[in-house]
Amino acid sequence: MSLPRTPSQTVGPYYAIGLTRRPQNEIADRSDPAAVRLIGQLIDGQGVGISDGMVEIWDPVGRRWARSGTDADGRFSFLVTKPEAQPGHAPRFDVLVFSRGMLKHELTRIYFPDEVEANAADPVLAGLDEEARATLVGEQEDGAMRFDIRMQGDRPTVFFAH
Amino acid sequence: MATLDDDPVVLPDDPSFGPEVQLDYPGYRSTRWRVPKRPLVTLPEEFHRADGPVFGEDAIEEFDYDLTRQHAGEPLGERIIVSGRVLDDDGRPISSTLVEIWQANAAGRYKHEVDQHPAPLDPNFSGAGRCLTDTEGNYRFVTIKPGSYPWGNHPNAWRPMHIHFSVFGRELTRRLVTQMYFPGDPLFEFDPIFHAVRDPKARELLISRFDIEATQPEWALAYEFDIVLGRGGSGTTPMENQ
Repeated sequence: MSLPRTPSQTVGPYYAIGLTRRPQNEIADRSDPAAVRLIGQLIDGQGVGISDGMVEIWDPVGRRWARSGTDADGRFSFLVTKPEAQPGHAPRFDVLVFSRGMLKHELTRIYFPDEVEANAADPVLAGLDEEARATLVGEQEDGAMRFDIRMQGDRPTVFFAH
Repeated sequence: MATLDDDPVVLPDDPSFGPEVQLDYPGYRSTRWRVPKRPLVTLPEEFHRADGPVFGEDAIEEFDYDLTRQHAGEPLGERIIVSGRVLDDDGRPISSTLVEIWQANAAGRYKHEVDQHPAPLDPNFSGAGRCLTDTEGNYRFVTIKPGSYPWGNHPNAWRPMHIHFSVFGRELTRRLVTQMYFPGDPLFEFDPIFHAVRDPKARELLISRFDIEATQPEWALAYEFDIVLGRGGSGTTPMENQ
């Protein structure tokens, strides 16, 4: 007999006093030559940056975890090293997206643009059409990796049931 | 009197929806431009597994569990104890997992620059706490009872008293952010965030239980709030269910 799950509720607009008051957006050593800045913008269905959002990235192999709030323009930022790949899969971060107006968080993934072969062989990416697949792969930008998250509208990010 | 249950957008009474929320519940206006419009992609379970982070005592500072002792003086308001267990839906306790809370002060004001509700800030209250569950999945906080506050969602909109909770659990798919309410709040029937959980029985799971046993005489009332983390609890979106 399973217990009924506690329902989800929104983080609301003031999550920052509880969840991001201590910086937790770096899971790489700044002196590590493999460390890369992961940046992006969380964008709503009107093309506006979500200023009260929060993004968590989870490394499914290394069990590392980080979170970044969004700024007034909806921008988030992490310092990371690339996760190891699960066998038969391309390396990725799992990504949880929270904000006011989201009664439950959404789940997506970040894949790496320099993993062309591994991405082509990844069974999850292979199950998506080309436009959808492209929403899950970051882009190189001035030495950083950029990954925007579009909740709705033109070329919305793919989200997974969870 | 019209209440939020009169809203025409009511999901069919389908138990397979579970206790989850209607993500695009129109009574909560901020959902409109933020909830995905396309169906969520379903992954085979083996493609989906990710163990959660491991937390150690270094995640916690001395008075993180006691929101009344984080400043030079005591905050104003009614001191309360909030405790409970974090469980998997098979009833197993989840030990050593991070529980984070945040809340308004006794006057209904958050210590956040965006909150401009004309109620006083309390210099002795930050409104944030965290702790790790013990081996039996227990957590415990000492805090003050949060006030209700207006939020502009619709005319005369007020949030019921609540404490925000963030819980990790053992796996990615069990991550939960929710809100704990207080028994008997007269604002329940007017609150669209509460009512986005369409099943009245599921809404009850968000309401803490007054706990006379845990109440400390001459010191603080106590409330119990157990949290059950399940899998496969994706919220409902219109395109999946129409």
